[in-house]
Amino acid sequence: MIGPDPFPLSSPPGPQVRPVHDPFHGDLLEVSMGPHHPSTHGVFRMMVTLDGETVVKLKPVFGYLHRNHEKIGENTSYLGSMPYTDRLDYLCSMTNNWAYALAVEKLAGQAVPERAEYLRVILAELTRLLNHTCLAGFLLQDCGASGTPLMYAFREREKILDLFESLSGSRMMCNYQRFGGCRVDPPAGWLEAARTVAGNYGQFLDEYEALLTGNEILMARTQGVGVLPGPLAVSAGVTGPMLRAAGVAYDLRKVDGYGVYPRFEFRVPLGAHGDTYDRYMVRVLEMRESIGILRQALRDIPGGPIMDPKARLRGFRAKPGEVYSRIEGPKGEIGFYLISEGGPNPYRYRVRPPSLINLTILEDLCLGQSIADTVVILGSIDIVLGEVDR
Amino acid sequence: METLEQIRDRLLARFPGSAVALIVNLGPAAQHSLLVDGSHGRAVAEFLRDDPALRLEFCSNMSGVDWPAREVVETAVVAAPDPAGGPPRSVEQKVKRLVPGYLEAVYHLFSIELRHGPVVLRLRTANRTDQVTLPSLTPVWRSCEFQEREAFDLFGIIFEGHPDLRRILMWDEFKDHPMRKDYVEPDDYEWEPTPHGDVLAKARKHYPAGAGAPAAAQGEPRP
Repeated sequence: MIGPDPFPLSSPPGPQVRPVHDPFHGDLLEVSMGPHHPSTHGVFRMMVTLDGETVVKLKPVFGYLHRNHEKIGENTSYLGSMPYTDRLDYLCSMTNNWAYALAVEKLAGQAVPERAEYLRVILAELTRLLNHTCLAGFLLQDCGASGTPLMYAFREREKILDLFESLSGSRMMCNYQRFGGCRVDPPAGWLEAARTVAGNYGQFLDEYEALLTGNEILMARTQGVGVLPGPLAVSAGVTGPMLRAAGVAYDLRKVDGYGVYPRFEFRVPLGAHGDTYDRYMVRVLEMRESIGILRQALRDIPGGPIMDPKARLRGFRAKPGEVYSRIEGPKGEIGFYLISEGGPNPYRYRVRPPSLINLTILEDLCLGQSIADTVVILGSIDIVLGEVDR
Repeated sequence: METLEQIRDRLLARFPGSAVALIVNLGPAAQHSLLVDGSHGRAVAEFLRDDPALRLEFCSNMSGVDWPAREVVETAVVAAPDPAGGPPRSVEQKVKRLVPGYLEAVYHLFSIELRHGPVVLRLRTANRTDQVTLPSLTPVWRSCEFQEREAFDLFGIIFEGHPDLRRILMWDEFKDHPMRKDYVEPDDYEWEPTPHGDVLAKARKHYPAGAGAPAAAQGEPRP
């Protein structure tokens, strides 16, 4: 297996599947999964070496969607990068907007009015609902439950997207946050509609969980699969629901307390085993907490302006300095590292992509598992390739 | 958490001969950073991770930064002799100074156990051309694995001791480092030599310019 090949092939190996001869253990098989594979959630490729059906090596290959987002950010004005952040993790444009707006606000020392802070929390929690619902649907799809769970998830997602559309004009590429507030005040009746969506979401979750959480096939496919130990998760920089499923209580909404999160009462669900089932369960429980935050935020949201009157958008410049700022996105810690030299563009614009860094442990999770499990494990990591490749 | 000055003093006491400096951030965020020399980078990182008062076990973000050589104008006070024979006067003089370029690796460290951070750690290369090696901190924090590969790919920093240093976002045959400030985009990313260019070059040799060359031969091969 390891070392020089005792029986070299007479013909050169093909690019896709290469048998590696070994007289005792049979052949190893190298399979290229992706980049165009329905289970890879985009153009992502795994070079998997298999012994029978067991994974003995796995190397992720990135870059198929690379457009050098960071270079674009350095050649664009501060405000001009805002719509580009929508395209990072295109399921969670609202949290990407918030992470970037918060970084620029810290860089420039910009204050945000209260109403905008509440709106940001509402939008971030709606995004979390949306993302986790989609994840649950995709995870079940990856397990082979073709269609039904995903369509249930997408039905609910559509209601949140309708809210986003009536607020920002766009379903997915919202481009809504600004440095010092939000772009427009919600239209009449929007908060009422949001209350209805948030109020009905618990019922949907009950229905969804009745269908799935106790499902024997889901348990068989996910329990004990892809176990991530807590210390490895911390060392590998894994964040978000994956880290908490590994039993590490680290939620930036609690730790950093950015925005107005310290005013809300919510719990941080933790997993006990760190397996794929825990990662599914933590997300479902997080959705229930998000509904609670939404209820509190929609009850307490004050009136008033939505933009700081001193905020400057066009011709925005920040004093020389740098900042690293992060928020708890649905997929994990999304951070922005900005260096300003005083010019109209950031000197350095760096995105800390949770999807990419959560993939660091993909090989560790998949070793010793079967090839069918890699699909489920990858699904439970929750990646969006727009963010992985940037 | 202790202040960065205290951490710096402890590092200097713990690693004699190391050069640890404090870089002050003048912006409103005031996230100051520790600049560590490359030869002690790995040991300092391990110390920051394992020290019981710091426990910076979570390296959240790793980023490359390119700083090309630049001219800074500094005001210096110099003594100028008085032509009238009096005592020399002190005159303000603007002095141009060339700051040599370097590449920088910036690490943002947090402690999950003690809930503090960020501590910003910076390592700098000697220049931007031939001495671009820094110690890899992937053995200290696994989270740097892909991020250091990205800095290698896009900035050209070579991380010594990285287990798998390959390009990550650009393709393997790519030559340049796109995130550098002096990077020039090619006109056509997908250009590759074809026999067509050779044919045109041959035709140009056979029909020198102005000798009634056929129209097709005057076409320029693409660069």
